[in-house]
Amino acid sequence: MSLRTLLAKIGSTRLFLLIVLLIYLIVGAVNLALMWESLLNFFQLVLKILPVLVLVFGLMFLSNLFLDARKALKYLGKKSGVRGWALAIITGILSTGPIYMWYPLLADLKEKGMRASLIATFLYNRAVKIPLMPVMIYYFGWKFTLVLTFYMIMFSVINGFVVERIVGENKEVLK
Amino acid sequence: MWIKDDKSKVNGAKNMDTSLKIKRSLVKTIRSFKVSIPILLGVLLLISLITTATPKDFYAKIFTGNYIIDSLVGAIFGSVAAGNPMTSYIIGGELLKEGVSLIAVTAFILAWVTVGMVQLPAEIVMLGKRFSLTRNLISFVSAIIIAVLTVLTMELL
Repeated sequence: MSLRTLLAKIGSTRLFLLIVLLIYLIVGAVNLALMWESLLNFFQLVLKILPVLVLVFGLMFLSNLFLDARKALKYLGKKSGVRGWALAIITGILSTGPIYMWYPLLADLKEKGMRASLIATFLYNRAVKIPLMPVMIYYFGWKFTLVLTFYMIMFSVINGFVVERIVGENKEVLK
Repeated sequence: MWIKDDKSKVNGAKNMDTSLKIKRSLVKTIRSFKVSIPILLGVLLLISLITTATPKDFYAKIFTGNYIIDSLVGAIFGSVAAGNPMTSYIIGGELLKEGVSLIAVTAFILAWVTVGMVQLPAEIVMLGKRFSLTRNLISFVSAIIIAVLTVLTMELL
């Protein structure tokens, strides 16, 4: 079996996990304590993000159940207009947990016709963390927090436009 | 009687249709999740390794005192760093106390939350290479621009 066939059989997602596990083995050979401590942190992290994983699974199930390609295009496609932008900004700000937990749902919505610009805008607004604002205010002051939040929301839209301009629009499922 | 029979037939067909739809949605969701799980596990393992291996005082040592270089350094290390955004606020607060410029610290905390080098492989697999690379590159540049704009606005207010 050639290397290319083997890689195709493993698949890119499993290959990435295998590479990371290999890195762990190398780290373990050099510094066993670091490897165990990292693994312990990993298990704590998994326990912490489990509720978000359940939330994303639930949202994906609901979107598969109620949001067909036609509806997705209406709310998140090219003709979604200001409503689409507002939806991407608000849901981006309100979404909780780590950014990578939202990739599967976004990949699903992309397949249904969600605009690349709205995906980029959603992901950028994940940086606006309302529950963490008191911490930011404590360290940097309320003026800094307000100004930074304003610029982040403004740039989320600019980034969305620029990303779509460079990448091009998603091929829509329905014409 | 016949009308009643027809109505129950229609209702039965509707129920069948709904349960089939739920089953199909569930199967599709599980299938999508099965594809995502290995990559999510990989990202989580990588993040755990990086956060464990990086000492908290590491970031204080990398800044030079030059505004322009420091904002670039802040954005670069913020992009590579991983973990809870609250950690970036705490590190940022400590860096300010140690005399690092606000522009550099802002670029650092912004890149921490908007650019993800560690999760980039996951983003590429799920959302596409061109999209992910472009998005992260633009977010990196934005982190520096926003940092400058924020500090300038703060001085005006």
